[in-house]
Amino acid sequence: MLYNFATILVFLVFGCLFVGVNLLLSRLLQTRNPFPMKVSTYECGELPEGDSWIQFNIRFYVIALIFLIFEVEIVFLFPWAVVFKHLGTFAFVEMMIFIAILLVGLAYVWVKGDLEWDKPKQVPAQGLLP
Amino acid sequence: MNRISDRYWQITGCRSSEYFTKNQAYSMNQAGNIGADLFVISPEIALASAGFVAVILGLLSSRVSRHVVLAVALAGLASCLMFAWQLWDSNTAAFGSMIKSDNFALAFLVIFVVGAALSIMLAFNHREESYLLYPEFVAIALFATIGMILMAASSNLLVLFLGLETLSISLYVLAGINRTDEHSLESAFKYFLLGAFASAFLLYGIALIFGATGSLDLGALLKSGTGFRTENAPLLFIGSLLVVVGLGFKVAMFPFHMWAPDVYQGAPAPIAAFMSTGSKAAGFAAMLRVMFALTDAATSQLLQVFWVLAVLTMFFGNITAIAQKNVKRMLAYSSIAHAGYILVGIVAWNQVGLSSVLFYLLSYTFMNIGAFGIIAYLGSKDKEFCDFSDFKGLGHERPWLAIAMALFMFSLAGLPPTSGFLGKFYLFSAAVKAGHIPLVIIGVINSMISLYYYLGVVVVMFMKESDGTSRPKLKAPVVAVSLAAAAIGVLGIGFFPSRLMATLETLISHVL
Repeated sequence: MLYNFATILVFLVFGCLFVGVNLLLSRLLQTRNPFPMKVSTYECGELPEGDSWIQFNIRFYVIALIFLIFEVEIVFLFPWAVVFKHLGTFAFVEMMIFIAILLVGLAYVWVKGDLEWDKPKQVPAQGLLP
Repeated sequence: MNRISDRYWQITGCRSSEYFTKNQAYSMNQAGNIGADLFVISPEIALASAGFVAVILGLLSSRVSRHVVLAVALAGLASCLMFAWQLWDSNTAAFGSMIKSDNFALAFLVIFVVGAALSIMLAFNHREESYLLYPEFVAIALFATIGMILMAASSNLLVLFLGLETLSISLYVLAGINRTDEHSLESAFKYFLLGAFASAFLLYGIALIFGATGSLDLGALLKSGTGFRTENAPLLFIGSLLVVVGLGFKVAMFPFHMWAPDVYQGAPAPIAAFMSTGSKAAGFAAMLRVMFALTDAATSQLLQVFWVLAVLTMFFGNITAIAQKNVKRMLAYSSIAHAGYILVGIVAWNQVGLSSVLFYLLSYTFMNIGAFGIIAYLGSKDKEFCDFSDFKGLGHERPWLAIAMALFMFSLAGLPPTSGFLGKFYLFSAAVKAGHIPLVIIGVINSMISLYYYLGVVVVMFMKESDGTSRPKLKAPVVAVSLAAAAIGVLGIGFFPSRLMATLETLISHVL
């Protein structure tokens, strides 16, 4: 059994060697001529603006979380859709429940005002109904 | 192995339709069983539905009163218990033996549900208006309970991990649910970082166990046909040790306890109550599940490790608790010490020992939620009253509250006629039966150390004059009901332990 792990060890060693040797080779062969334009960050041809080590707005993370809702949904919907015919009604119902659960998540974010970029300071209503 | 990959293909459908036409009979068969499978997880489904209804109620209107949310939650928990009652003695496995709801799992389910119900009632108007997120709290607490149940019912290491993560992520959120309180946020953040680390250990352990045995199925781990050979025993032992590290974090035993004091102190009291009892019980349930599946050699090696850890955990928890000025922090260290007492029962590794582990976890749920509940009850809008000095004169101002607190303290210290006394008695007597006399002596010494700080609270309440701190007004009746239920639990188990113990012993004899 332990012997089976030898493959992994070989992969590990060769992986490290491959990276290390190549880095070393390029280090030995390269010419070095840094000038400001060359070492600046490449931003799709735009002139870089400021430092990249800044605090990102916390709202980006909220957006990322919301994105996750749809992401997970898609990951599960695709395989289900591919074999939809064979799975039948039960899987359909199951998937509808799954989507409903995710929709509750989306509704939650919406009602709490997190879909607005400028989130209102207080969401006093905290509810759909007045 | 074959079955796992089959299921993988079936779930992901990667081999598309060709696979399914070939295996139509197989998948049809699966579909036929799905009703039975769903019945096995009906307790979880009940909790999940209640949680979602709670979230939706919270969304619909701020005017939906907390009473409705509370009623939904309690209905969900009650129906969870009812479904569990239906499943009792049925001993069924579901989803290709991923989940097994035997009586062992169902007994733990009762512990979790009791803990969740009491904490949800406690949080009802915790710190009055400042605590706005009741529907969210209820929903996440219910989801955490699902995670606990899955851990106790897991029959596969991956389901165990799934349950652990469901529980952990819910608890991270719960610890920081009070978003304006920086202590609460700090506790959530610490808990999250350390918890993620512990999960990594657990996963690594699972990987090693899989490497040693070629199986993740806890029922078939060492059966013939899997890849286990005796020369892999060290790998299996190291793997199970890493699993113990991951779960030891959840139960707050000695070298993995660092998070407990900060998290319990920072989190709102009802949530600390829920975390300290539920996640401890779930961690021990999962630990036992894994240990039942190991070879005798690996188990006895682990028990030697547990012997040492039990001693260290008890001494560390009790000695550090003496120095605490904050009652919540003291309870956190005492919770570490209690993990040590429970380890004594596991080290004994006999029928009485393991059934007393369950017995102790149930009584610990009552007494610890009670103790945290008193703090929750005393908390006002602006601050939580949890310093020792805040308890001065409570015996004169709120005699009933003080008597209840004294009861919980006596129970935690292990004085008769409370459930804590009987729990410790069963744990230690099992260890004596197994021949671990030195361990029992150390345990008793530790019980005596713990008397000092538990009785310290009682002394402050009854023998010190109040220094004039204004007490908040009375809380909703439901909070008092929760405290009363905890007190009745402590006394009830203390007076009538034999029936419960007999039930636990029979169910342990089936799994051991």
